[in-house]
Amino acid sequence: MEIVKEEISGRRTTSGAAAVRCIGVRKYFQSVHAVDGIDREVRTGDCFGLLGPNGAGKTTLVEVLEGLTRADRGIVELLGYRWGSGNDRKFRDRIAVQLQETQLADKLTVEETLRLFRSFFSRGRSVDEVIRLGELEEKRKERVYRLSGGTKQRLALACALVSDPELLFLDEPTTGLDPQARARVWDVVEGFKLSGGTVMLTTHYMEEAARLCDRVAIMDHGKFLAIGTPSELVASLGAREIIEFRILGEFDAWVLQGLPGVKTVEGKNEGYVMKVVSIDNTLPALLAAVEKRNARLHHLVTRQATLEDVFMSMTGGKLSDEG
Amino acid sequence: MKDKIRNPLYELTVSRIKESVREPEMLFWVFVFPILLAVALGIAFREKPADTLRIAVEESAGAGRISKLLSARSDIEPIILDYREANEQLRKGKVDLIIGIDDSTGTGQTGDLPGSLVFTYDETRSNSKMAHMASRDAIELGLGRKDTVSIRDNRVETSGSRYIDFLIPGLIGMNLMGSGMWGVGFAVVLARTRKLLKRLAATPMRRSHYMLGFMLSRMIFLIPEVAMLVVLGWLIFRVEVFGSVLDLVVVSILGSLTFAGLGLLVAARTRTLEGASGWMNFIMMPMYVLSGSFFSYERFPEFSLPIIRALPLTALNDALRAVMNDGRPLYSIWLELSVMTIWLILTFMVSLKIFRWQ
Repeated sequence: MEIVKEEISGRRTTSGAAAVRCIGVRKYFQSVHAVDGIDREVRTGDCFGLLGPNGAGKTTLVEVLEGLTRADRGIVELLGYRWGSGNDRKFRDRIAVQLQETQLADKLTVEETLRLFRSFFSRGRSVDEVIRLGELEEKRKERVYRLSGGTKQRLALACALVSDPELLFLDEPTTGLDPQARARVWDVVEGFKLSGGTVMLTTHYMEEAARLCDRVAIMDHGKFLAIGTPSELVASLGAREIIEFRILGEFDAWVLQGLPGVKTVEGKNEGYVMKVVSIDNTLPALLAAVEKRNARLHHLVTRQATLEDVFMSMTGGKLSDEG
Repeated sequence: MKDKIRNPLYELTVSRIKESVREPEMLFWVFVFPILLAVALGIAFREKPADTLRIAVEESAGAGRISKLLSARSDIEPIILDYREANEQLRKGKVDLIIGIDDSTGTGQTGDLPGSLVFTYDETRSNSKMAHMASRDAIELGLGRKDTVSIRDNRVETSGSRYIDFLIPGLIGMNLMGSGMWGVGFAVVLARTRKLLKRLAATPMRRSHYMLGFMLSRMIFLIPEVAMLVVLGWLIFRVEVFGSVLDLVVVSILGSLTFAGLGLLVAARTRTLEGASGWMNFIMMPMYVLSGSFFSYERFPEFSLPIIRALPLTALNDALRAVMNDGRPLYSIWLELSVMTIWLILTFMVSLKIFRWQ
């Protein structure tokens, strides 16, 4: 990407220091433990993903980090700054946020909206530049209410990038978008990453986390259940591949557990999900076992394990309806 | 490079103005509606060449004679009706007085009339009382009463004292209140429900700039708002501005800011549009009635007047009338200006303090 090349020579020189640091962060709403003791550092230049179902506490955690919500307890430090310890307003020059479900002013055009946001920051990019970054050239004079969902999201992203931030918070940036629109948003985020910026991203899309994030935390009920790179998390299952199938006819399920290379067997929708070390080893044995008992395999699917499998094995739930 | 980075307050103000102008409904309520209202009220209450008194004479033997006696006065329009119809029209205010004849008393006492007269009217209606006096006068003169005092009428035309002269400043005041409160309050609550406020709070934007942006955009907007009613008042009804136009601008700006402040306060913590609109009405309704937009608040009981005068719309209406109708200079309305200034400062400070950004 062209943009990226210009950016790489840019000024981001901060060493491996933490861009985000949380110690014992907690936020309760009455009896709901939205954020329940989070300790974590995010390295400068990383894209850190919070993955979890709706209601897991992702948004609350992000808003605490953004200084929009006060934590009940704990320490939050962004780029070495603690909220309330100095000039919060001035510090906001260095970070940018894109909130879940923000609707920008309907009657302003793309360009006017960006110019307004740009005026709040004491430094940053030119409006023309963010229009290019957000791939919004054609929509420049269009009023916001006429934009499609995907374009609106790119505009929201452009509003965040207008200040040329060091740290970017994205809260479900592609929820509700079609795959093509989603991919365009990812392009923009990747451009920002390549320029050396740090990203905190919440999502409930596997694909998004896998594509954008260097590190992912799986979050549920206000806690981190696991943290690692996407491939580490998948590897933590101890099984990289999945076989899903149904069996027609008489069959004892305990047989499955004894097949070579099988890590776990779960029942699902009258069928089975087996996590296996290698499909090559297990599949012939499965077929043989089925044949021996005069049963028949139905709906056989084999695939690589994904973050969703990690999530399911940890929470017993599904990340999202679409995931 | 053409995209220069401007001051955030400038950008906020300009954005606000653009948003308003691009809202057709808003333009209707601010510009078209007050014109319609002014024209409708202006026509309903237009000055007739001297109020004609409509007097019903109950159908009877002497009715024609009485009607003729009444006709001697140009300001009386007699009409002969049967008993039921006459009462019906009195109730509806179409006639001001009913004259009946009580023939049980016989002739003699009432000149050549077949009996004594019965005047039926509503004592609380000023026109009825006038009709009473005028009819009596006409009938007695017609039957030969002699005046003992000689009176010469010296008629003068007092400008600026018609109802429409009173009404136009009241409409300007009301319009400034409505557009100030709705324009600011609604926009803020809408931005809150759409999470736009939260998004702005996440930028280094100064909070006071956000609110000042509303105030400034209101200041610019009020110029066409006020000018339109003033010009229209002059074109259609010849309502004059007796004071200086500059004073009128000053009063309008202060009034407009005062209501922008009040709108801001209403919107400071409200989370829903329904809630905001409830509060708006709760605050504006009493002022519509009490603050003398359509009729003088002096009619309310004495003890309530200090409270009524402390309302921002009363202060604005009084100040507008002082400048437009009476041509008074600004220093003579310092009290009204102070009332508005206090409201403005209080509402702005409190709003800034309690404002909810999410």
